[in-house]
Amino acid sequence: MLTPLWLTLKIALLATLLAGVAGIALGWWMSQRRFAGKHFVDALLMLPMVLPPTVLGYYLIVVIGRNGVLGQYLDRWFGINLMFTWQGAVIAAALVSLPLVYKAARAAFEEVDARFAHAARTLGAGEFETFVRITLPLAVRGITAGLMLAFARAMGEFGATLMIAGNLPGKTQTLSIAIYDAVQAGNDAQALWLTLVISVVCVVVLVVSSRLLQARH
Amino acid sequence: MTSSPRWLLKASLLAAFSLGSVAVQAQELVVSAAASLTNAFQAVGQAFEKSHPGAKLRFNFAASGPLLAQIQQSAPVDVFASADQETMDRAAKAGLLADGTRVDFARNTLVLIVPAAAASVPQQLSHLTGAGYKRISTGTPSSVPVGRYTMAAVQEAGLASALEPKWIYGESVRQVLNYVARAEVDAGFVYRTDALMEKDKTRIALTVPTTTPVSYPLAQVASSKNAALARDFIGFVRSPAGQQILDGFGFSKP
Repeated sequence: MLTPLWLTLKIALLATLLAGVAGIALGWWMSQRRFAGKHFVDALLMLPMVLPPTVLGYYLIVVIGRNGVLGQYLDRWFGINLMFTWQGAVIAAALVSLPLVYKAARAAFEEVDARFAHAARTLGAGEFETFVRITLPLAVRGITAGLMLAFARAMGEFGATLMIAGNLPGKTQTLSIAIYDAVQAGNDAQALWLTLVISVVCVVVLVVSSRLLQARH
Repeated sequence: MTSSPRWLLKASLLAAFSLGSVAVQAQELVVSAAASLTNAFQAVGQAFEKSHPGAKLRFNFAASGPLLAQIQQSAPVDVFASADQETMDRAAKAGLLADGTRVDFARNTLVLIVPAAAASVPQQLSHLTGAGYKRISTGTPSSVPVGRYTMAAVQEAGLASALEPKWIYGESVRQVLNYVARAEVDAGFVYRTDALMEKDKTRIALTVPTTTPVSYPLAQVASSKNAALARDFIGFVRSPAGQQILDGFGFSKP
């Protein structure tokens, strides 16, 4: 009965991790560099939030499906097939939540006063050390807020996940898909119970994370 | 855009007017029909509109289970056509159908299909236990009739536990068809009429004997506000003209 919950938490955590690493890296990069077409790159990175999840799901099928642009090589060379797997669900959830981390991280990095980094460099710190010990800690609040939103978005992901990972009980059936499945089958009691579960979990996650965020300051 | 809110006002007025105009249209019939009927019913609908000037059909295609769930939640549906008797029985039991309007109008057969480019074609159901068939698709048994027909047939053949780990469940028979056409799965169970829709991308491996015939009933929904037109449509589906269109899409007589 609780399998969909654990699956949802696992997928959302891993997706947040992926989106976190990529989003922080991209946010930092975009906050530091000036180049032609920067607005275009920014739009591209925000696209997963604006596009309907079904469009995203379709792109994913075209790219990582068994006969997809990348998928056929993953299949042929490594025997990896991401369709109908929870790993595929992680990729879908990470993609939709990436813009939330990226945008928050970029804004947070842009807020950091560049003089602190300059000072660190004049004191002999390398680029990496400056980033890890100066810039990142100063931006951590905004980034954490972005990560929270990303986690919440990943937990609720439905459309792209259904298209790429399907609805396999015990394997890829997350809470949101289990609710959809119960409603489709006319099983209202089950749908209501699962709806309560996800509502309670979401409130707990939000309360705990906002507490954590406050405690740090 | 930010300088003046006037465009927003215009847009909302336009939206309000277009919403209002929907209510003015009369003689609109909402037909919820099983996904496997998609192409056939669209053709039947066109013929019906031609013979009933002023009537406008709106189709709602999905698996029979979710269609029933919608009607149970008081969706404004006039006619319901399901791909199995079981779903229609549930509708009747819940008192959702108008008395005496339920009729069977078509039959279909369950087939096993493989992607057109598949290296091997199963000659019998038991071949599916082989290592070459890792992923096999059918409809979600709880809400999609083709899934129930498949499970019963597989059970009958004594293959239920052997195939259990291989199932990829689709939201409707058309999704199963799409999975096979894209070669995302190695084989799938659909109706013969669906397989005919993807002749180039899929191949019929064999006809699967079902424990109950694949028979399609339709009925007027009790809460319909267009009862007369709904009955006209049901009559049209059963008429020689309607049956001829269904025949053209591969359905057989009820």
